[in-house]
Amino acid sequence: MEIDQKREIRFNEETMATVQKIIKRYPEGREKSALIPILHIAQAEFDGWLSPATMDYVASILNIQPIEVYEVASFYSMFNLNPVGKCLIEVCRTSSCWLMGAEDVVRHIEKKLNIHVGETTADGQFTLKTVECLGSCGTAPMMQVGHEYHENLTLEKVDELLNKWKAEGKRSRYC
Amino acid sequence: MGKKLLLEHVDVPGINTLSVYRQKGGYASVEKALKTMTPEAVVEEVKTSGLRGRGGAGFPTGMKWSFLAKPAGVPRYLVCNADESEPGTFKDRYLMEKIPHLLIEGMITASYALGARTSYIYIRGEYFYVAQILEKAIAEAYEAGLLGKNIFNSGFDHDCYVQVGAGAYICGEETALLESLEGKRGNPRIKPPFPAVAGLYGCPTVVNNVETIAAVVPIVNHGGAAYAAIGVGKSTGTKLISASGHIKKPGVYEIELGVPVEEFIYSDEYCGGIINDRKLKAVVAGGSSVPILPADLILKTAAGEPRLMSYESLADGGFASGTMLGSGGFIVMDETASVVKNLYTFTRFYHHESCGQCSPCREGTGWMEKIMHKILDGDGTMNDIELLWDIQAKIEGKTICPLGDAAAWPVASAIRHFRSEFEEYVRRGHSIKDVKHYYSTKGIPEPAYS
Amino acid sequence: MAKVTIDDITIDVPDGTTILQAARMIGGDIVPPAMCYYSKLKTSGGYCRTCIVKVEQGSAKDPRPMPKPVASCRTTVMDGMVVRNITSPEVLEARAGVVEFLLINHPLDCPVCDQAGECHLQDLAYEHGKADTRYEFERREFEKIDIGDKVQLHMTRCILCYRCVKVADQITDGRVHGVINRGDVAEISTYIENAIDNDFSGNVIDVCPVGALTDKTFRFQSRVWYTKPVDAHRDCDKCSGKVRLWYKGEEVLRVTGRKDKYGEVEDWICNSCRFDHKKTSDWVIEGPTKVDRHSVISANHYENLRILKANIERQKKALPHGEKVQLGQGALDPNNIHGK
Repeated sequence: MEIDQKREIRFNEETMATVQKIIKRYPEGREKSALIPILHIAQAEFDGWLSPATMDYVASILNIQPIEVYEVASFYSMFNLNPVGKCLIEVCRTSSCWLMGAEDVVRHIEKKLNIHVGETTADGQFTLKTVECLGSCGTAPMMQVGHEYHENLTLEKVDELLNKWKAEGKRSRYC
Repeated sequence: MGKKLLLEHVDVPGINTLSVYRQKGGYASVEKALKTMTPEAVVEEVKTSGLRGRGGAGFPTGMKWSFLAKPAGVPRYLVCNADESEPGTFKDRYLMEKIPHLLIEGMITASYALGARTSYIYIRGEYFYVAQILEKAIAEAYEAGLLGKNIFNSGFDHDCYVQVGAGAYICGEETALLESLEGKRGNPRIKPPFPAVAGLYGCPTVVNNVETIAAVVPIVNHGGAAYAAIGVGKSTGTKLISASGHIKKPGVYEIELGVPVEEFIYSDEYCGGIINDRKLKAVVAGGSSVPILPADLILKTAAGEPRLMSYESLADGGFASGTMLGSGGFIVMDETASVVKNLYTFTRFYHHESCGQCSPCREGTGWMEKIMHKILDGDGTMNDIELLWDIQAKIEGKTICPLGDAAAWPVASAIRHFRSEFEEYVRRGHSIKDVKHYYSTKGIPEPAYS
Repeated sequence: MAKVTIDDITIDVPDGTTILQAARMIGGDIVPPAMCYYSKLKTSGGYCRTCIVKVEQGSAKDPRPMPKPVASCRTTVMDGMVVRNITSPEVLEARAGVVEFLLINHPLDCPVCDQAGECHLQDLAYEHGKADTRYEFERREFEKIDIGDKVQLHMTRCILCYRCVKVADQITDGRVHGVINRGDVAEISTYIENAIDNDFSGNVIDVCPVGALTDKTFRFQSRVWYTKPVDAHRDCDKCSGKVRLWYKGEEVLRVTGRKDKYGEVEDWICNSCRFDHKKTSDWVIEGPTKVDRHSVISANHYENLRILKANIERQKKALPHGEKVQLGQGALDPNNIHGK
């Protein structure tokens, strides 16, 4: 994945207003509580990942040390510290999903996109990840793309979705 | 049909909206508590109800509430644990998605009882769309004056916020959750102090599971005694069970505690039996961390009594022959499933989710996963089984938080009850990779192992 | 006051004392080892689990035993508490388990590690571990990195005790390093290339129980057991100026804080004392350090006592106002001389 070095890291006015609203949820002096919600917004705004520049920007908003942001961002699995494709596919691989055929889904996507788990397609469209239990055990197997859950997957359903996303070419986002 | 206290109206169209929810009697508990009860009286009702924490630990909720320190001039907080991440568990997601106002109502009533002016719902980041549903419900509640200042003219003010996590099972541990809510890494705190004394921002805090808080609503509406009349023994009331795996009707079921396990698995009211009517092999009854039990022990206790869906009955026999109700994540495996491979997914899970703070869990979970991987690859030795046993024993009880135990128990129980399956993997070595061959010689169908 | 009994020895301690502190008051073999606890750092301890003990009786009021072993460094004593450490086979077995966990991903590169001889993990493994490892997989490895021009971080050796993070939080302004990632890939890091650069940053070297944070100016200069520690001081406007000089022959190879027998420094020292004052003439020599715990350092330690004493006499004469120079306490008492 190529990194756009000149990417401007700055929230627009509307986003900044949302961020300031979030900060106000917490008592005075406890603004750091807003860190995770703001990182989600920053990741969504700035190409689906958290570059050091993005994290430094968030640190400056909350008036905390950059390392405090790195520590937190690297702890949580939803934060991407490296660039990802426009469409981040996360397939659940824990117990119930495995029982119901999650591995077949992963293999199928690997073959279809010609990438391994953890890789991004050459066109930058798809990144494939496996994740731990997403609380969709009764509707297994499942995958998450952006904030959408896709459940009771069959290989045909996976094909349909991949084709649809490819045609749309949009970036998936959580928020 | 069992009694439904939480999911009674789940199929009513529009129940996720405030208007329909109120038509069905929604927010009555808030009105009743604020207008006719003292906070202490609400706590008493919850004590009388015998309600136990629905997140997994099963600690009596009323007692937890009564531990809350109340120093003058210090704010208190209620935090809802909606970080549902225990493999096999998806009941909170279902409840929040379908009836978001039930949780909001419980939050207000419980906050009144605890004297909390502010509450937070900490929901796992992956449930982002559910968080949006909650945000919408909260906005509706504010607009109707159910949140904010002077609710029902009682003088009680309350603000409730939704906070999303970002992918960390450990944040379901209450002190890790509080750390995360404070914008830090989800490292569990060393206790004491307990949150009841020093929780969020160092202030007295109660952390309760989604289902626990929702259960406060029927308890206040109908009285603690009515709630306690449902269920069996110290397992009072109803419980949401997330049923998954090789069953005909996976989903979330509200059961009266005390339903026989056999009925739960086979009756059409619940799971509807095993897929393709195959044979039941094993069940993980309360989420990934509780001991797995083979078919005979999950259906009947070691003494031959029918096993019931209750805290006590599932635990009957201790870990030698029993398990736990846990979070109610009920994973069913039929005869085609490999307990060894399923355990591998669990060891991988706990390795992935260890926060890394204390050494037994940080190092031990990864070690167990590697050995399981080796056994699955057909490179295992009999000694590896003993080593696994020894590692889990050295993790259990030695860690800062219960994640160590949660990682150890599935390993211990799988070896305890399915040792021969491990030995089979070891004995047959690499040929095990030829799964078809292996299983055809045993005369049972091919598993999903690839 | 609270009365606590540890391994059948009873002592009265002030309220709020931890089990570990109480054990240290008693002293001797019953003191649990501690890899992450550091009495001078707030909120330290609880992570490594080496100091776990069994509480046989919670208190006089509530005599029930505690269900699980507890971290003695983070558990406060209660009046009437009964604790078992080395008299409990269960505790010793559990501790051996913890040592094994700490070692499975450790490179065991003591032969090339500067910390060898004063490494707490080495001591711990020797005293509480087992001779063989049962771990057969690849060990975790990290690249060595420089954090500033004076400190090297060799993460592969780290046991994640968090002490250096707490030093940066509590005695320096503006922390630039921390723990990133999680689980068994968690690491001490600055994340982006960043120097730890402030007057007290060198203290991270002193608190590190292993060879993860080492003094670059001392790197590969000598084995610690070939050096001779001497206590000295100077007037410093940043710190107490009370240090330990590590001599090889006439040369000061490094300067550190003065550590007690539990490896804890008495005073934090500044980087100027640590890195910029390596001449004998920079210092007022107090006397040879009493080496109590790390026996390898005490080997040959006192052979040059005569020369050192002569140095002290010289120092005394040099002092303008005839100030008394204190010898390191007990250093001249033959009973206290180790390695002889």
